[in-house]
Amino acid sequence: MVKFLKRFYLTLIFIFLYAPIAVLIVYSFNESKSRGYWGGFTFKWYAELFRDRDIIKALYYTFLVALLSSIISTVIGTFSAIGIHNMGLFGKKLALNINYLPVLNPDIVTGIALMTLFISVNMRLGFLTMLISHTVFNIPYVILSVMPKLKQMDKNMTEAALDLGATPSYALRKVIIPQIMPGVITGALIAFTLSIDDFVISFFTTGSGVTNLSILVYSMAKRGVKPSINALTTLMLLTVVILLLLINKRTTKGDELIP
Amino acid sequence: MKRRAGILIITGLLIISGLLVLPGCGKDKVVLQIYNWGEFIDPGLLEKFEKETGIKVELDLYETNEHMLAKLEAGGTQYDVVFPSDYVIEEMIKKDMLYKIDFNNIPNFKYVSDRFKNLNYDPTNEYSVPYFWGTLGILYNTEMVDEEVDSWDILWNEKYAGKILMLDSMRDTIGVALKKLGYSLNTTDTEKLEQAKQLLIQQRPLVNGYYVDEIKDMMINGDAAIAVDWSGSAMDIYWEGIDYIKYVVPKEGSNLWFDCMVIPKTSQHKKEAEMFINFMLDPENAYQNSLYVGYASPVTEAFERIMQENPEVAEMDAYNPSEEVLDKCEVFIDLGDSRSLFSRIWTEIKVQ
Repeated sequence: MVKFLKRFYLTLIFIFLYAPIAVLIVYSFNESKSRGYWGGFTFKWYAELFRDRDIIKALYYTFLVALLSSIISTVIGTFSAIGIHNMGLFGKKLALNINYLPVLNPDIVTGIALMTLFISVNMRLGFLTMLISHTVFNIPYVILSVMPKLKQMDKNMTEAALDLGATPSYALRKVIIPQIMPGVITGALIAFTLSIDDFVISFFTTGSGVTNLSILVYSMAKRGVKPSINALTTLMLLTVVILLLLINKRTTKGDELIP
Repeated sequence: MKRRAGILIITGLLIISGLLVLPGCGKDKVVLQIYNWGEFIDPGLLEKFEKETGIKVELDLYETNEHMLAKLEAGGTQYDVVFPSDYVIEEMIKKDMLYKIDFNNIPNFKYVSDRFKNLNYDPTNEYSVPYFWGTLGILYNTEMVDEEVDSWDILWNEKYAGKILMLDSMRDTIGVALKKLGYSLNTTDTEKLEQAKQLLIQQRPLVNGYYVDEIKDMMINGDAAIAVDWSGSAMDIYWEGIDYIKYVVPKEGSNLWFDCMVIPKTSQHKKEAEMFINFMLDPENAYQNSLYVGYASPVTEAFERIMQENPEVAEMDAYNPSEEVLDKCEVFIDLGDSRSLFSRIWTEIKVQ
């Protein structure tokens, strides 16, 4: 009985999480433009998706900004985390608290503040300002995901490496970085996802023909969201699922190799 | 080896991004920056304009008038053409955000119907050129509503309790109540607004909810019998081939709205912006755009051509309201200081 209830509860949660996505996938094959009405099966929205100059352009900018900002913020964030880790007690606390501020700050405040900053230094809003903003809001998350790994790391390892004649940069590359790698990867992934997701900050910090997907979708509020967006989401979801399966397969294989 | 590949990828990406940032400052070629609602222009027309004039067009998108204003007022943008709604134009004129348009550069303005010139938001017609227009009215499902629908009164009919949808839009919804009471949509009289508020609070138990985008789908599904919506939604439903949903502009009158083209003072290429506006008013282009977007064009030829090709559309209130109806409709004007009063009333209605 208890087992049944457990399963039932779990199923319910999964239905709740995945039903909206399932509906969206189904409607990406809907002949009719409306979401409330089934007009027959079609692939036309997929064809239209690849012909739509605006969507492709938005997709391109979204991924370019996400990729660049996550790489840059991961590099900056990782080094900052190592630096903060080696600070004195007071400095560490202060730095971490300051690091929390952008995380807790509402997006709209960050967005408008960044916009005001760019304008006050006479920067033209566009690709560069959006990239800088995304990098800025990603860094705290990278630091937060790297810090625990640094805490877990044996302090003596670095010292041992240095004692054995490693230069600091060699110790960093061969000892510290490999140890905190899982945290760095998590940080990079979080940064990437956050960047793809972000609407508010992007809206206020972009201009000059640079539009990302979230701005594109929000801007359709007045006229109704196009079904080709459903098609795009379906494709993106499919990519993520395939990637996850591949990663899982590789990691399980790796586990088997270890006796 | 692996690391080298990583470095290569990163440098590659940086070069690509560098190339993306540069074109703006590289050549002298004019880039026209357009700021529009999403899905509010046929992308084919932008390509046609680029081909015809050699001017490159960059399109940015926004979702509400308020967002657009916030972005424009902050500065840092160089938009050449934007598409605000009527009362927002008035506000922008007051705030000195718009250039006067040189109508010598816009010969195609003669194709615009006189009905849409010199309206109260731009009385001398110096700052704006109409782009699309429409009305606010009632959508109803003919299978669920058997009586004749011609008045806002039906929204207070208890027979349809739970099957009525209202618009989640402050001015439109308060406007409906004001019109039902026989007042102007633009009244700022506290007493009249209080009456409108009471009327909407009284209606609250009958209303299924306040929505915007979802209204179309809920009506098509039969989840609701009556809804307040814009004429464009009615046209979307019609083009979908659904015949059991009708649209009517009530006899008490309603709101007549315009989205227009204006040139903000952020523009660096006023002349090219005027070329673009002129291009959009060309009857052929206006026709193509109106077909794509679905709203009615103020360009007479384009408007009539769609009716000739679809005789049914000519009969529809949503596309071609009668003169009699139009005469009773009002265009929103900027509320000025009374906006906070409207906001307060709106909040009080919604928290009920």
